Amino acid sequence: MTDELEDELRRALPATQVRGSRIRRRRGSDAGRSRVRTDSAERALLRRDASVFDGGVAGPVCFPETAAEVQAIVRIANAHGRAIVPRGAGTGLAGGAIPLGAPIVIALTRMNRILEVDTINRVAWVEPGVINLDLSKYLRPMGYHFAPDPSSQQVCTIGGNLANNSGGPHCLAYGVTDTHIIATEVVLPSGDIVMLGGLDPEPDGLDLRGAFVGGEGTLGIATKIAVRLTKNPPAVRTLLLSFGHVADAANTVSAVIAAGIVPAAMEVMDQRITIAVENYVHAGYPIDAAAVLLAEVEGLEGGVQIDADRIGEIGRAHGATDVRLAASDRERALLWKGRKTAFGAIAQIKPDYYLHDTVVPRAKLAEVLAQVYEIADRHELLVMNVFHAGDGNLHPLLIFDGREPGVLDRVHEAGAEIVRASLAAGGVLSGEHGIGVEKQAYMSEQFSDDDLDHQNRLRQSFDPHCRSNPGKVIPMGHSCADIQALRRVPTGVWG
Amino acid sequence: MTVSTEVGTRLAAFAEAVGPTGPVAVVGGRTRWDLGGAPTEGTRLVTAPVGVVDYQPQEMTIRVGAGTTVADLNQVLADAGQRCALPDRGGTVGGALAVGQNDIDLLGRGRVRDAALQIDYISAEGRVVTAGGPTVKNVSGFNLPKALVGSLGTLGLFGEVILRTNPAPATVRWLHAERAEPLPVFEALLRPAAVLFDGQAVWVKLEGHTVDVDAESRALEALASFREVEGPPPLPPHRWSVTPADALRAATLPGQGERFVAAIGVGLLFADCPQPARPADLAARQVADRMKQLFDPSCRLNPGRRP
Repeated sequence: MTDELEDELRRALPATQVRGSRIRRRRGSDAGRSRVRTDSAERALLRRDASVFDGGVAGPVCFPETAAEVQAIVRIANAHGRAIVPRGAGTGLAGGAIPLGAPIVIALTRMNRILEVDTINRVAWVEPGVINLDLSKYLRPMGYHFAPDPSSQQVCTIGGNLANNSGGPHCLAYGVTDTHIIATEVVLPSGDIVMLGGLDPEPDGLDLRGAFVGGEGTLGIATKIAVRLTKNPPAVRTLLLSFGHVADAANTVSAVIAAGIVPAAMEVMDQRITIAVENYVHAGYPIDAAAVLLAEVEGLEGGVQIDADRIGEIGRAHGATDVRLAASDRERALLWKGRKTAFGAIAQIKPDYYLHDTVVPRAKLAEVLAQVYEIADRHELLVMNVFHAGDGNLHPLLIFDGREPGVLDRVHEAGAEIVRASLAAGGVLSGEHGIGVEKQAYMSEQFSDDDLDHQNRLRQSFDPHCRSNPGKVIPMGHSCADIQALRRVPTGVWG
Repeated sequence: MTVSTEVGTRLAAFAEAVGPTGPVAVVGGRTRWDLGGAPTEGTRLVTAPVGVVDYQPQEMTIRVGAGTTVADLNQVLADAGQRCALPDRGGTVGGALAVGQNDIDLLGRGRVRDAALQIDYISAEGRVVTAGGPTVKNVSGFNLPKALVGSLGTLGLFGEVILRTNPAPATVRWLHAERAEPLPVFEALLRPAAVLFDGQAVWVKLEGHTVDVDAESRALEALASFREVEGPPPLPPHRWSVTPADALRAATLPGQGERFVAAIGVGLLFADCPQPARPADLAARQVADRMKQLFDPSCRLNPGRRP
């Protein structure tokens, strides 16, 4: 049975071909290498993603290069009653790409071509394995960019962004990934290929494109994606505000929005993370401030200046001890480098971290942050806060040394309390990381049984047999078919 | 307009009115009643809750009954210096979301499908179901509100919704040129709220800081002879959805009739004649049909309508 499966997959994916490209050739070359990997080392690599979650078992790992090959893999999986798990760069933090039940892993990293840039329709067609930052760098000279900019944008893929409906600092003004996906070709779990959405603004029928975005790989596999091009703004101002109290920074954020200004980004870092970042990138962050607010406004010159001045005034009125305007593009880039590499910077302090992701109403930011510090103290953990304050999107980083006995239990307990404090404040489970396996157990705390039942109906509309990325998002009690998919695994074969 | 009753009470009453059996539809302003087909004879009509339940301008969210008129919603938002993406065509909030059609200035105002953060709806079983969440950013679970917006009430009947709001621009200005090339006009502007073209004339809606609107107005003067006008031209009756590229060559599209107004950069087109039927993707249709079957197995919600 297993040999037969492997043989079929190998026939569907002959050894590497070197492909041409209309615009961009894929990077790297391993011509002649099999694109179906079954050795234990390769499979072990794909057991995990960037989360702390373990327990995945990968079946055969496939590297398709076309939608037809993805379709062939899905059909073979169906014929063998096997689950599939799509995978991008594996940067997910909620365990969404962890292979449960020894599924066939469909790694989309070789589908990494920018197929077409169509400025008349303001759209770029890309394959799912294109790296987020590569796309924006490619578009920049043409006067455009792809607006979602997750902190992992140097490595994460557009397909992964679509699956997680990813955010990023600049989603405050521009909206999250969903807003920027116009259409997508999808290989459904049945093996059918379908086009969801369209280049026209109001396609007929249900908005299946929108329903698909954020599906975390449980609704099918995007094989070609039309992303919206956002025009580069001619003027940008980046401000760095320093505060004596974290609450002052949080309250400034609320006051800016209340004043009718929606900056492109508003990010807060507390003192601990600011020190770590400054030691790491030397961007000139003030290490004596209790918190810093990085605010950016974009647009036309006149309005940008007005908004920047006003943000400075609002900051000072809320206790800002210093307001600094980035004097050059270099300084601006360095400040952003600091913010976006914050998670790497903490490696100087402890070897491991658990990055949480919840959203609270902006007005509750200061209150919930105070609770986050109290929770971490009580569990004897170090916490650092760096977050998308403009969206109310908290990112508490619990920092620890995994070799310390019992520490992971304390990390999970503290995490659970942070999630519950966010929900109690009128917030939600996740702003941009998704549910994956991380927050499945909490879904019942935000949603009723009826709500979850209807989410499962959406899932089953795309995947009636629940074979695409089983065991994710919907809690098991509300997703019986997933249990069947997971039980169908030939135990022991791939372990 | 603010309604002080408990959030759950009004929804529960609406759920009771919908009940668990029999064909049922929500009636709003009837402004798009025949879109996708009118409800079949014998369909019981109910009305959704009315009024603002909670409004937090600093959160950029508002919770309203789906039966609230868009005009009333807009008034409440305007009083706080805000607005939202829903077009005011005389109908209700629930109707605007169920239809999902955008306003012509969607480049400034945003898309209707992006405005609905949370939808509390009544299921075919007569139960209250919540899709989405109350915050401006949320990826907790599947993107169910997207399936609901534009569903013509065939998956659930909207009771209350939480909408994303935005600051209203300080200055709004419509400009008109009797003759202009629409693409250079569109490309000269950073974020126009609308650029409309009827084959000869161009209308532009600019909005934002006064200084920016002034700067963009000056940029337009270099391209054609623009003058300020009250608003957009009257729109022909039939709405088309085409690619932005097709909107640029609207005059050559077959079947649109004598007069058209195209939204450049968007692809909305208003024409004398209805848009010819577009070929459906059969696999997508199967997913949509399965969704309908799973959400409403007895086809009791808005029977006769198909989005």
